[in-house]
Amino acid sequence: MLTMSRYPNESMGTDMPETAKNGPRVGLFATCLMNVFRPNIGFAAVKLLEDAGCTVEVPDSQTCCGQPGYNSGDFDAARALARQVIATFEHFDYVVGPSGSCMATIRHDYPALFEGDPDWAPRAEALSRKSFELLSFLHDELGVTQAQARLDAVATYHDSCSGLRGLGIKGQPRALLAGVEGLKLKEMQDAEVCCGFGGTFCVKYPEISEKMVDDKIRNVLATGADTLLGGDLGCLMNIAGRLKRINAPVKVFHTAEVLAGLAGGGGIASEPGETR
Amino acid sequence: MEIRSNEFKGRAVFAIHDASLQQALGKAREGFVGKRAQQAAELPEFEQLREEAKALKNHILDHLDHYLERYEQAVTAAGGQVHWARDAEEARTIILGICKRVGAKTVTKGKSMVSEEIGLNEALIDEGMEVVETDLGEYIIQLAHEPPSHIIAPAVHKTKDQVSDLFEAAHGGPRKTTVPELVDEARRMLRDKYFRADVGITGGNFLVAETGSSMIVTNEGNGDLTQTLAKVHIVTSGIERVVPTLDDATLFLRLLARSATGQETETYTTLSTGPRRADDLDGPEEYHVVLVDNGRSRMLAGRFREMLRCIRCGACMNHCPVYGAVGGHAYGWVYPGPMGSVLTPLITGLDNAYDLPNACTLNGRCASVCPVKIPLPDLLRELRHMQHQQEITPAMQRRALKLWRFAATQPRLYHAGERIAARLLAAIGRKGRIRRLPLASAWTDVRDLPAPAGRTFLELWQGKRGKS
Repeated sequence: MLTMSRYPNESMGTDMPETAKNGPRVGLFATCLMNVFRPNIGFAAVKLLEDAGCTVEVPDSQTCCGQPGYNSGDFDAARALARQVIATFEHFDYVVGPSGSCMATIRHDYPALFEGDPDWAPRAEALSRKSFELLSFLHDELGVTQAQARLDAVATYHDSCSGLRGLGIKGQPRALLAGVEGLKLKEMQDAEVCCGFGGTFCVKYPEISEKMVDDKIRNVLATGADTLLGGDLGCLMNIAGRLKRINAPVKVFHTAEVLAGLAGGGGIASEPGETR
Repeated sequence: MEIRSNEFKGRAVFAIHDASLQQALGKAREGFVGKRAQQAAELPEFEQLREEAKALKNHILDHLDHYLERYEQAVTAAGGQVHWARDAEEARTIILGICKRVGAKTVTKGKSMVSEEIGLNEALIDEGMEVVETDLGEYIIQLAHEPPSHIIAPAVHKTKDQVSDLFEAAHGGPRKTTVPELVDEARRMLRDKYFRADVGITGGNFLVAETGSSMIVTNEGNGDLTQTLAKVHIVTSGIERVVPTLDDATLFLRLLARSATGQETETYTTLSTGPRRADDLDGPEEYHVVLVDNGRSRMLAGRFREMLRCIRCGACMNHCPVYGAVGGHAYGWVYPGPMGSVLTPLITGLDNAYDLPNACTLNGRCASVCPVKIPLPDLLRELRHMQHQQEITPAMQRRALKLWRFAATQPRLYHAGERIAARLLAAIGRKGRIRRLPLASAWTDVRDLPAPAGRTFLELWQGKRGKS
């Protein structure tokens, strides 16, 4: 359940199917990692979007945004995937995904990939303009100010790089989390420093990645928080996996899971029933 | 200097396990990052200055030939001489030629990354000259027989104890243990060298076209002594360092110290214009500027032009988490960190530095602090693109990318693959995680892999809502 400041301005939450019909049609970008490793984030995203009055569809002709190809220097492969995403999503009012990384690829990299292409550049530009990361979409575009959820936890928030520097996501998740009952947010040092995931970086340079994630975890643990939150599953899997490896008692959730009231159990890299 | 950038991986692992290096890096990171942030916050127009500096640099690069010619005219008018060096070898030959002509025995040097780039010290020493680095950091690593590990703090990888050891071995005891004592000792050792120097070589932070001046900034004043006390002053600089006017130079000065060391301004900002004039009290008898191209005009003409905006402040490496983890020596050549990962393959060859553009998470922190707004992550990705096109990337990776593209462009196949992966990984998982996975050992050697619940989001969604 969400509180809105701007949009839509009435009859929220009482007759969901009816009001939803009037809201924008949103295509959910189901990221590869979320699809396989953490479907819960997808359902949290759907809930948050529907609570905000959107009609959500999940087209099944979608796969990957193409970022692995782009960042590996295979621009042709990235373009092939980008064309697929554009064709799949361009008829929606918005494309929204629970990842700053994938959505920054669509917003920033697609127009760059098709620069000078008379057919695809305008379509890439058009899709770019209506593509958003989930929390910034709720907060900045729909004017959602507060989530009605509860989580008894002391949490610290990791700013994932693509969202932070690519899309300016910094205040939105914090603003929304501030409204979660029982949740206390404690900032860590160097919250804006990379966790060492970096896509294929973490498996190409595992020793460097390990050093970076340990630096991150040292800062997480220094806050005394029992929960770590963030907006990109790649980073969260990296940090959660390392926390588990060193037996550190910190639960990891995607911010959307918390806001949607779906942050139960032990979090990422734990059993659903696990308490820590 | 020997290029060892292809040893990056091994050197990085070695660096991560070097306790004193990690101690030194940690200290440096805290200092540089915090001080820069404070300076940026205290100057309301800082962000605007970055925009102005970027625009001015772009203008200069658009008219580089014009400003370089004007600069040469002004240097000549002031009694100096400009030499043009196409590559490192030409630069060395020119400088060696000057040193030999004047019968140089002792050469003092202010800090100059271009002199490292062209491998100048080795060339001078091979000719029997005594070369003395006068920047404290450079002096330390010269004693240690090591290359610099940072472009503005060359000995940043050394702890104080290591410096004490080096000084004790080089100068004889008693061993000094405090920073002031160590600095005093270095100053005493260097003082005499300045007076004995036949040639003083400095870099040039900026070359001012309107006056023909070279400008250096230092915190120790060593550059001033190097360039005024020697009989001959040679400036080594890249062709991209020219600025139109003194006024323009001040724009960069306002950004340079703040971005580099987090100071409002460096302690010394010194201009040199030609040799000693008749009524000057001191100064060199000859003034030479060696303008080094070494790949720069190729950059100017291509996709990496933006790299030529670089003013060598080091902010990108100070903020780079990879540099912070492995230090500068892992990069294996002269320029480390993000700027070095762009420059090294461009100057030394793409296949001489395969890892450098790849050992980066593209987190973008470097670009966010760059005073001239160079899009370093984009340039690194562009280098990966070139590696891919020239088939320098490993065959394994190329095959994996082909397979991924084949699957990902066929949604039904891709989703089937994802469903199989989700089930397989769920079956292997215990307590929600996987501790060892042979095909993904690079992941599981470091961290657990979260185990999926068994079904993908897309199949669960279709089960709930039907096909959309």
